[in-house]
Amino acid sequence: MNITLRIWRQQNGSDAGAMVTYRIEDVAPEMSFLEMLDVLNEQLTLSGDDPVAFDSDCREGICGTCSLVIDGIAHGPEALTAVCQLHMRHFDDGAVIDVEPWRADPFPIVKDLIVDRSALDRIIQAGGYITAPTGTAPDAHATLVPKDAADRAFDAAVCIGCGACIAACPNGSAMLFTGAKATHLGSLPQGQPERNSRALAMINQHDAEGFGGCTEIGECTAVCPVGIPLNMISQLNSDVLSALAPGRTRRPQTG
Amino acid sequence: MAISSAVQGVSTAKRQRFLRSTVVLHAAAAVTGLIMVLYLLAHMYGNYKVFSGQVAFDGYSHYLRTMGEPLLPRTGALWIIRVVLLASVLIHMYAIIALWRRMRKATAGKGGRRYQSRKNPRGVQRTYSSFTMRWGGIIIFLFVIYHILHLTVNAIAPGGASESPYERVVNGFSIWWVVATYVIAMLALGFHLRHGFWSALASLGANTSPARRRLFNQTATVLAVVITVGFLIPPVAILFRGVGS
Repeated sequence: MNITLRIWRQQNGSDAGAMVTYRIEDVAPEMSFLEMLDVLNEQLTLSGDDPVAFDSDCREGICGTCSLVIDGIAHGPEALTAVCQLHMRHFDDGAVIDVEPWRADPFPIVKDLIVDRSALDRIIQAGGYITAPTGTAPDAHATLVPKDAADRAFDAAVCIGCGACIAACPNGSAMLFTGAKATHLGSLPQGQPERNSRALAMINQHDAEGFGGCTEIGECTAVCPVGIPLNMISQLNSDVLSALAPGRTRRPQTG
Repeated sequence: MAISSAVQGVSTAKRQRFLRSTVVLHAAAAVTGLIMVLYLLAHMYGNYKVFSGQVAFDGYSHYLRTMGEPLLPRTGALWIIRVVLLASVLIHMYAIIALWRRMRKATAGKGGRRYQSRKNPRGVQRTYSSFTMRWGGIIIFLFVIYHILHLTVNAIAPGGASESPYERVVNGFSIWWVVATYVIAMLALGFHLRHGFWSALASLGANTSPARRRLFNQTATVLAVVITVGFLIPPVAILFRGVGS
């Protein structure tokens, strides 16, 4: 396969940046998109040029590090697929492919296709953790978890935090990510004591990072490589609104 | 127990801050939007009195001013509805403008057009109505001002002024361009409701499953069609079938 790539090149955060065109020949259809970029970078290095900087780590779709907008779609044209699992057989021979970084104000560009996603880490940090007694491990059946709750929490926990939802969102909102994180602990019995305060702390951090609001368009869930459902945003909305209900604002401090 | 001592209350000061969160702003837009939908349904029902003739229509108009009497003063109930609607419009616009500014800031002012690639300008699955929410809202807002000036306060009178609301409606909608502006506004309203009704329910936390998402979207489509067609039948009937002439 012969491919023409138009790649966003930007030396650093203060550089203006521009799309640069590269031609790459003899691409094997079995290659992943990232392997194709590796081949390009080998060519660039051999010819003395600066290789294209892009994020990747596990390359098996579980770490959420890879982050490319391909032809205007976060993680490219295949549904439920991270870029590292996207193979060149899904593109036509002679295709012109646009490659850009995640774009959102809270995601400053570090170099080329790499953006700083620590805003997402700060949202998770704001949510905190569940309060559990320290000491020896509790009995596995000490807290009974209904099957539905366990399934729901797991569906949320599969979020790999890649940030594609934000890259795809016309509002630049991180509500699908935040909703998944709030749903994860908020669905389990162990997560109930802090459910209200967690939802409020996370939405507060979400807004403070400069993400936009959710207008329920659904682009986020359409590009999500692990299929986080849109209704986790509604669960976060529900948690935030019920936490603000007058009866919930001052909990008696017992114990 | 150790666990319960960690439960934190939310102080009043913090609560103030959360009232400006994106979630609360969207909830405010959702509730006020749903209030306006209820009003639209009542308004649409009232419009059909035009088919019952001048006495019925003007009588209904008079009733709207006397309903609630003697408990309420004349036009008291009507003014309560007007104040609730005006507050709804203002809160709806305040919340949406605040959220629009946050969208602009989060996307360098470009929204869904912030990528160089022009290959998928409509994204993966988004609906036409979701694109046009903000422009649709502006069109509806301008139309409502024109509509109130025309048929409520009688300030502009295409087709001839009259003290009879029935005659104002029939005179106005006998003119093709009055009907045309009405059609444009109702189509904008239909698209606004197609996405807005679903979005309002989801923003209030009612979207709890993929089945609910489907149901709410189907309901929104039905509501949008019913309201658009329902509002268009009387003026189109006046224009083409000469109702009232």
